[in-house]
Amino acid sequence: MNILAIDTSTYVMGVAILRDGIPAGEMRTHLKKNHSIRLMPAIRALFEEVDMKPAELDRIVVSEGPGSYTGVRIGVTTAKTMAWALNRPVIGVSSMEMLAQNGRYFNGVISPFYDARRGQVFTGLYRSMSNGIIRESEDRITLHDGWLKALKEQGEPVLCVSPDMEKHKELIQQELGDLAIIGTEIDALPSPLELARIGMRKDVVTTAHEFSPNYLRLAEAEAKWLEKIKDEKKR
Amino acid sequence: MSEKDTLIVGIETSCDETAVAVVKNGREILSNVVSSQIESHKRFGGVVPEIASRHHVEQVTVIIEAAMTEADVTFAEVDAIAVTEGPGLVGALLVGVNAAKALAFAVDKPLIGVHHIAGHIYANHIVEELTFPLLTLVVSGGHTELVYMEEHGSYEVIGETRDDAVGEAYDKVARTIGLPYPGGPHIDRLAAEGEPVITFPRSWLEPGSYDFSFSGLKSSVINTLHNAKQRGESWTNEQIAASFQASVIEVLVGKTMGAAKEKQVKRVLLAGGVAANKGLRAALTKACEAEGLRLTIPPLKLCTDNAAMIAAAGTVKWKQGRFADDRLNGHSGLELN
Repeated sequence: MNILAIDTSTYVMGVAILRDGIPAGEMRTHLKKNHSIRLMPAIRALFEEVDMKPAELDRIVVSEGPGSYTGVRIGVTTAKTMAWALNRPVIGVSSMEMLAQNGRYFNGVISPFYDARRGQVFTGLYRSMSNGIIRESEDRITLHDGWLKALKEQGEPVLCVSPDMEKHKELIQQELGDLAIIGTEIDALPSPLELARIGMRKDVVTTAHEFSPNYLRLAEAEAKWLEKIKDEKKR
Repeated sequence: MSEKDTLIVGIETSCDETAVAVVKNGREILSNVVSSQIESHKRFGGVVPEIASRHHVEQVTVIIEAAMTEADVTFAEVDAIAVTEGPGLVGALLVGVNAAKALAFAVDKPLIGVHHIAGHIYANHIVEELTFPLLTLVVSGGHTELVYMEEHGSYEVIGETRDDAVGEAYDKVARTIGLPYPGGPHIDRLAAEGEPVITFPRSWLEPGSYDFSFSGLKSSVINTLHNAKQRGESWTNEQIAASFQASVIEVLVGKTMGAAKEKQVKRVLLAGGVAANKGLRAALTKACEAEGLRLTIPPLKLCTDNAAMIAAAGTVKWKQGRFADDRLNGHSGLELN
């Protein structure tokens, strides 16, 4: 199976191609630069490098969120438009599931996260099993300290992986103590090859038209509007 | 389809419309599909950028497919993909730009970046072939500009708003008198039924300037209503709408006529969503007739945001060989030149 995988859910930009299910190439940067400018040149360059044409693809995999709204939209728009134009399925993979792959050989639970501002994180809970990384608890947006307290109660070692580790390291060590295992800076970066590999194994595929990001959070204006409607109903 | 025909796909997502069109030879619309989000934004009293971006992602491939199906063409027949690169809401623009880049790459076609205002101007080219030199009055929810053109693809902005766009002023005044969003069409309708009994200020700015300013007028309307209320007086909405519209139109038409004279053009175009305003159409038609100027006003469907206009403007760039590369980006404040 030939696969293109795209991840722009954080500052990390990742593009990877599998040929016949085997990694052919990847491009990954961790820079505070504009995905909108850089993604398509990276995709074109990688296709040239691995000597493949878009029409040879069987499916396109993309990190569907959570993450930066704009970042996720750039990846998803690119993936679904290519998928539609080529008449191929598009497979959305949780960015948390993608990041959790970095703990494949960890014996314990894995808590990947992205910073979501105001003390919140996008996170989820995963575990490495013989048949792959299994999701133990749904992806969510939550206050990080409460999440860590709940993990502490489970009493198991927790691998924390995140490109936003710097901002959260102190809190993690404070809340989890010896249970906290913090990966290296390299473990913290989501891998587009891992993304491709997950996407290859998924049976649930969607057509481009049906596919949109999984933001895990309403737009602020919509959340406020729903609050207002609720208040009005109470009166 | 003859060998020499040019077929351009246009994509437009700069605000709250997801639009895709296929245009032949820059003038013949084969399809022009517009999916408006206005029903979703009405509850917020205006366009919410994040929500606009979300809707664009949901809709973009659906609308591309609809436009291709309606035009009954394949990508093999298409010459290039043109897309609005700005100005507009950056998050919204990014969806169209990235969709266009992905599409161009997947079907191996060249990419063209189009300025949104150039698109509005070229809506007129679909109606009546452009001849030069010409002057365009661009009026919409986001823009108020006078643009001079000596030839295809060459734009000189000789005047623009220094604060609110004219459509914005309409919406704000409409909100003040309790009309629903978007207020422009409501004000236009009420204005036709009332007399301009209140004299609101005309913002001519310094002599010789073709710039516009509408924030003072908007404040004047609000203050006048406030003061009247305190004195126990009141005007009808029809009177307020007619008085406000009279001020706006006098300045828009006056500056357009002044610029047309100075630039010695024989041709004037009206463009943008506010070009749907009946009062403005009538006043500009009358003024152009008096001065012997040829005036073009697109039909409503081509005045509001659409992608046929983007494909039409893109066709000019295609002919001139002005392509974009994979690094094309969305720009909220793109200059017209």
